[in-house]
Amino acid sequence: MIWVDTLVQGILLGGLYALFAAGLSLVFGIMRLVNLAHGDLIILGAYLILVIVSVLGLNPFLAALVALPLMFCFGWVLQRVVLNRVLGEDILPPLLVTFGLSVVIQNALQEGFTSDSQRLRPGPVESASLDLGIVTVGVMPLLTFASAILVIVGLNQLFYRTALGRAFRATSDDPVTAQLMGIRPDNLFAVATGIAMVVVTIAAMYLGVRANFDPTIGPARLIYAFEAVIIGGLGSLWGTLAGGVIIGVAQTMGAAINPEWQILAGHVAFLVVLLIRPRGLFPRAQD
Amino acid sequence: MALLETRGLTAHYGDFQALFGVDITLEAGETIAIIGSNGAGKTTLMRAIAGLLRSAPGMVHFDGQEIGARSAADIMGLGIAMVPEGRRLFPSLSVEENLMIGAYGRKVPGPWHLDSVYDLFPILKERRHSPGTALSGGQQQMVAVGRALMSNPKVLLCDELSLGLAPVVIRDIYAAMPRILEGGASVVIVEQDIGQALKVASRVYCVMEGRVTLTGRPADLSRDAIHNAYFGAAA
Amino acid sequence: MTNSTAYHVQTRTRASTAAGIAAGIIILVLIVLPAFASRGLIQDMFFILTMLVLAQFWNLLAGYGGLVSVGQQAFVGMGAYTLFGAAILWGIDPIWALPLGGLVALAVAVPTAFFVFRLQGAYFAIGTWVVAEVVRLCVAQWKAVGGGSGTSLPRNVTGDMMGLTFVQDLFGVRAAAAADIVTYWLALVLAVLTIGGIYWLLRTKSGLALAAVRDNVEAAKALGVNAARMKWLVFLTASFGTGVAGALIYLQKGRISPDAAFSVNDWTAYVIFIVVIGGIGTIEGPIIGVIVFFLLQSFFADFGAWYLMALGALGIVIMLFAPKGLWGLFSDKTNIQLFPIRRRLSGGIITQTEE
Repeated sequence: MIWVDTLVQGILLGGLYALFAAGLSLVFGIMRLVNLAHGDLIILGAYLILVIVSVLGLNPFLAALVALPLMFCFGWVLQRVVLNRVLGEDILPPLLVTFGLSVVIQNALQEGFTSDSQRLRPGPVESASLDLGIVTVGVMPLLTFASAILVIVGLNQLFYRTALGRAFRATSDDPVTAQLMGIRPDNLFAVATGIAMVVVTIAAMYLGVRANFDPTIGPARLIYAFEAVIIGGLGSLWGTLAGGVIIGVAQTMGAAINPEWQILAGHVAFLVVLLIRPRGLFPRAQD
Repeated sequence: MALLETRGLTAHYGDFQALFGVDITLEAGETIAIIGSNGAGKTTLMRAIAGLLRSAPGMVHFDGQEIGARSAADIMGLGIAMVPEGRRLFPSLSVEENLMIGAYGRKVPGPWHLDSVYDLFPILKERRHSPGTALSGGQQQMVAVGRALMSNPKVLLCDELSLGLAPVVIRDIYAAMPRILEGGASVVIVEQDIGQALKVASRVYCVMEGRVTLTGRPADLSRDAIHNAYFGAAA
Repeated sequence: MTNSTAYHVQTRTRASTAAGIAAGIIILVLIVLPAFASRGLIQDMFFILTMLVLAQFWNLLAGYGGLVSVGQQAFVGMGAYTLFGAAILWGIDPIWALPLGGLVALAVAVPTAFFVFRLQGAYFAIGTWVVAEVVRLCVAQWKAVGGGSGTSLPRNVTGDMMGLTFVQDLFGVRAAAAADIVTYWLALVLAVLTIGGIYWLLRTKSGLALAAVRDNVEAAKALGVNAARMKWLVFLTASFGTGVAGALIYLQKGRISPDAAFSVNDWTAYVIFIVVIGGIGTIEGPIIGVIVFFLLQSFFADFGAWYLMALGALGIVIMLFAPKGLWGLFSDKTNIQLFPIRRRLSGGIITQTEE
């Protein structure tokens, strides 16, 4: 019974990791950009929600709703002003600029909020649980997983059913010819990052409710997000969910054997998949 | 005043100058052809007009406006659509999506929409959900033309429609020209296939090494004159 | 028929000859420095020299090899822990443990490369980070060297270090200061060997092949360059050097913990900053960069988070507007190369004989 419980916890944890990863996957899919500050942006989102909670007295869910458009704008500006300049063939500039960005964000948060641990309190739902017969699951983890699925469904709809999604796919294929269609790649990429920041904010809320956060935990989230994307295969959002679940399950299983092994188990699972399926479990046909 | 006009158009790729003061005019309703050998500057000319290559202000005029320094997306919105050299369909989009994206930056009412494009090129309707690049060369060219038509452009720039295609296929593509003209577009054809170009156009420009070396009506131009303009007088 | 007297390939320039002489003088001064410098200065020089070594190896990896790693801290930590493990568990003299640290780092680099070479670009970078995390987590389980909270080098180990008594007598200093001098000299040797070795490597055929692979992999392969072998060569070399440097750094510190030895900030972020500010893809760049970094650290490190923010912002600005770094700006303007590796064809006169 313990193992079923551990498995379910792991799957639900995978939902959180999938939320971390979805934004990363989106941006990489459209503009081949890997943002090393992605984890720190999640933490930034968490702090933003925290501020809104303190200033407006809202509960974290509503605060997150308020934070969504703010984070969208932040992402839009970031891409338009800074990151658009580093897109291109050379791998060094985007890596180094986003690395620098990571350092700046972490230290800015440090200055603004000190390194004290923070937490978002949603009220009684935080510890509410649901009895499903074989297992009892927390309501928050369940909500997190459900949100991950909704986000992925939403993004896929956006990508494959809307004009904007067509524009994303076309620009990702061929930014020059896309201009002949009336698409402005600079603005389009900014919108993409804006959307990624919206997903990041959702992830931030669930992170902040679930666990303590402080300015330094960004890079670890980046690593989980990255591992989920690689395991799932570049270009597949459902693959990213699968990747998140695999990491989540590996972590909970590892923790069940020895609490010190939790994080290590996740990394080992990643390395094993990398070994046997270097392109991931559900890679896009062409990349 | 001409619908589309270039005055002393120059263009550079970095330090390399590709066009040296080109003057082209296109009147409303007519079809002109631009011929020349490989590397003569034909595609550069098209890209400069379409805005993929920024030129100095004052060098390109369209519909009474000066468009030389404007972006490709702006120019497309004004009504100049290009069928790029090499087709350049989007691999991640299906045939139908490739067509639909042609209207992304310019949604004006007009004769061209999905149904009328399928009417023009019926084979595309059968393959509408295939990935754009899974089609034969000729079919891809049809998609590329249809995609450009979707924005109901005033000017259609066709860059090397015949490139890499079998003669039979080329004929089929050009057979659609009359209906395109009926729809109201004025057309610029860039071609290495001189015969096809002369058949379709009311006026011809010959370009060599970035300069216009000959212009006139097809009927008025002798074979020798064209030959010299195309290849250069005997070196 | 044309006749040509011998062409030869030359890399030396006037500036480089001058620089070579200057370098010789500087090295001599650095050797005798302990005779008249304060202990603080020796420690500062140690920091500069070891960071320089780390920067040169990261530059070799990323600037010349095109392999952008953010996981070199794995090798710093492995080298350091090897030294501590060897000294504490088996009583090996720390000086011998230095190359041993390099070898163990090298041993870890082999499976690492095996995994991360499956990835490209930014994913390669994060992959190296993941491996570094795995190594850190595993080492944190090693109770014999302090587990998660770390340990110190026992007094008897540093006290018996090779050369210590010699230095004590030579300069009339106590054991702790003498240890600083010994590690300083080792750092100097390491720095000279590193720079000399990298320069030599770049001037060989392998170096040329490396530049080719970095610029255009397919073209290089078409010319018969074994791109995979070049990548392995560079990665293993950098890991060995980084491991030795890591061992030396922690020998001087005397105290180790997994979080410190495998710190991304200290061993990757600062190193990357040094290389980027100085000028990536040149040997001169990291030298400039480490001096700039040292000055910034000395004056501003007290500002804590603001200082780090400024460093990060400075790195971003440099990458956006001066991607070749300070040395790149200088070199472009003046065309001076102190470590020239561009091969120029010179000499040789073609004479034309009667046909």
